[in-house]
Amino acid sequence: MSDLEGIYQIWKREIIRYFRDKYRLAGSIFQPILFLLILGSGFSFVKIGDLDYQKFLFPGIVAMSLVGISLTAGISVIWDREFGFFKEIEVSPISRLSIFLGKAFGGCTIALIQGIIISSLSFLIGMNLNFVIFLKMLPVMILISFSMVSLGLIISAYVETFESFGVIMNFIVFPLNFLSGIFYPITQVPEWLKIITQLNPLSYGVDLMRYTIIGKSFINPILDIFIVLLFCTLTVFVGVLSFNRKK
Amino acid sequence: MYSVETFDLTRKFKDVTAVNKINIKIEQGEIFGLLGPNGAGKTTLISMLCTLLQPTDGTAKVNGFDIITEKDKVRKSIGIVFQDPSLDNRLTAMENLQLHAGLYGVPKNERQKRINEVLELVSLTDKANVLVKNYSGGMKRRLEIARGLIHFPKILFLDEPTLGLDPQTREHIWDYIKTLAQHENITIIITTHYMEEADALCDRVAIIDNGEIKILDSPKKLKDKLKGDTIVLETKVDQKTLSKLKSVKSVKSIKQTDGKLYVNISNAEKNAVKILSIVKNVKSLSIRKPTLGDVFIHYTGKEFRDETNNGNPNKRFLVNRI
Repeated sequence: MSDLEGIYQIWKREIIRYFRDKYRLAGSIFQPILFLLILGSGFSFVKIGDLDYQKFLFPGIVAMSLVGISLTAGISVIWDREFGFFKEIEVSPISRLSIFLGKAFGGCTIALIQGIIISSLSFLIGMNLNFVIFLKMLPVMILISFSMVSLGLIISAYVETFESFGVIMNFIVFPLNFLSGIFYPITQVPEWLKIITQLNPLSYGVDLMRYTIIGKSFINPILDIFIVLLFCTLTVFVGVLSFNRKK
Repeated sequence: MYSVETFDLTRKFKDVTAVNKINIKIEQGEIFGLLGPNGAGKTTLISMLCTLLQPTDGTAKVNGFDIITEKDKVRKSIGIVFQDPSLDNRLTAMENLQLHAGLYGVPKNERQKRINEVLELVSLTDKANVLVKNYSGGMKRRLEIARGLIHFPKILFLDEPTLGLDPQTREHIWDYIKTLAQHENITIIITTHYMEEADALCDRVAIIDNGEIKILDSPKKLKDKLKGDTIVLETKVDQKTLSKLKSVKSVKSIKQTDGKLYVNISNAEKNAVKILSIVKNVKSLSIRKPTLGDVFIHYTGKEFRDETNNGNPNKRFLVNRI
């Protein structure tokens, strides 16, 4: 039972640190807004079916901001190792699984806060999300965040320095986002791009988010749910294994 | 039951043997020092006892629990202060302590009381809600000691507790360590490469070098095992006085150089009077007690200093810390 308490404590620490860091809070909200307003307005001449580009883009931007902030959960592990704090957790009697879960829940909560803030900005582009949609979005956001947080934690288990973490992040974040159908509908692109997009697990999360928010999807939502769940389970599983690795 | 009992404890890193078949027994309630130069194997030994490092061979019992098969029980029963700081700078002292109490499963209703107690012990009560990044080096170290005590450990491990601190702060930390040894009634195991530290704090000291225990005893007995004290007299004596001195029972040897007379003698305080009654025209007198440094040289055959510089043994650390 003391492990539950340990998970809670590790989670709490992540939350305290997040709210104490005002610039991080502000900075991470700024980027998605920029994308939405600039990119959305710039391409406002584009219509996808009967859909405004901005409205098409919006669910993807929510997903994208979740991906960005979730992956950075890995940084907190590297930070802890660099500044010695990780040892404090490491020698405590709680298990590696609990350390992983505490970190994962922490990262996930932060991503959710972020996701909710971004979603509530939908009025900026003239969209009104009602409460029911909000409720439906929550599980989708949780699934996306949880798998991406786990992915970040997996990377952190193998990478030693901030610098290499940053490089790997760039290496992952850009293709992951750009090839996920955030910016284009998967049905209207060349075959090669469509294949790549279908291989990207995030595409299904983005599509599911789009289906939840604007009721339009380009992949079968049932398949979306299946893939998203599968990917989430996989990353958590690998994440726990990586954390259990003996040094 | 011993607090710590090791059985041929060994750790190898590739072809280097950091700890070689160490067998020690540490009594409950004592302050035990592991003294040795950097790279002697102190931290490796402690890391194994704290279950952070798997032994290559042999094992140990800590509070009666096996360090290989009963890791969790060992961890619950010990407190650790690492050589490098391991606090979260962006949390307050209170938050750091609460986190620790939670990780170690201290019951909720005892938690706050215990935190206040340990804060009191290291005089940080009024700084409890300050962010740790605003703490000085000494305060951080005190906070870490307090943190290590929260979960009522039976043993507290202190790995180089005063490394990088100025002499005044160091003595403060010693005071705190002594106080908590009395207050908390626990076994304290300290690694250090400061002679004075081992001398000032420890009930027993093990001198460790190249992964082996060279000698183990109380600082006093270790020093007694050396030739004894030296009385240094600023004076000139003739042959007759010299032979008279030599006939004194407790005198072991006499050396005369540079207008100074070095009388090697047991129990110098008592016997100084006897010496003074023989030697006349003494301008000054001083008594030199053997230091643990002398003990160290005696048992390892090495000067006690870092191999990388030939002066102040602290210098390298200062450089590293800056």
